[in-house]
Amino acid sequence: MQLARVIGTCVATQKYQGLDGVRLLVVEPVDVRGKATGAPLVAADTVSAGPGEVVFLVGAREAALAMDESFVPVDAAIVGLVDEAWRDDQGQGFLRGRDDQGAT
Amino acid sequence: MKLARVVGSLTATVHHPSYDGQTLLLCEPVDGAGRRTGEVFIAVDRAQAGPGDLVLINAEGNGARQVFGLKPTDKLAIQDVIVGVVDAVEDAHA
Repeated sequence: MQLARVIGTCVATQKYQGLDGVRLLVVEPVDVRGKATGAPLVAADTVSAGPGEVVFLVGAREAALAMDESFVPVDAAIVGLVDEAWRDDQGQGFLRGRDDQGAT
Repeated sequence: MKLARVVGSLTATVHHPSYDGQTLLLCEPVDGAGRRTGEVFIAVDRAQAGPGDLVLINAEGNGARQVFGLKPTDKLAIQDVIVGVVDAVEDAHA
């Protein structure tokens, strides 16, 4: 599972039948300092996340299993809203859930 | 399975029901010599691991379901599970 920040929403009116009503958000993977670590992707939302929030994702088949209708073509799902994430080593990296600036 | 170092923790009050009561730890993939090999990821702790521990990660859903005592067809939205705390690694290439 990986840390990510919600950076936008995605609307697709016409989609596979099992995906009706599924909320799609654009997220970018981040590290514990809040720095982006990879290319943005679209993830299905299961926890009512909103733009700017730090979340965590599950991928692969387990992403589909997170959905109410689990036999669906979903390969990334938001499964948690991060309150706080921190590193114990080096005294570096602290991320708060709704911190658009990322950590310091 | 992957070798990783536990580097931190996170709290997530709002989460998918699969994560109810589970401990989440931040882990960093490492090689046999303990060198960092990738980005930090999140794993569910099932081996009482703590900060700084070198751990063994099952990074696949079917194994995770087995750890949780579920059937392969059961719904569990968890991929990465800490399944062991490593005492020593002998790496011939290190």
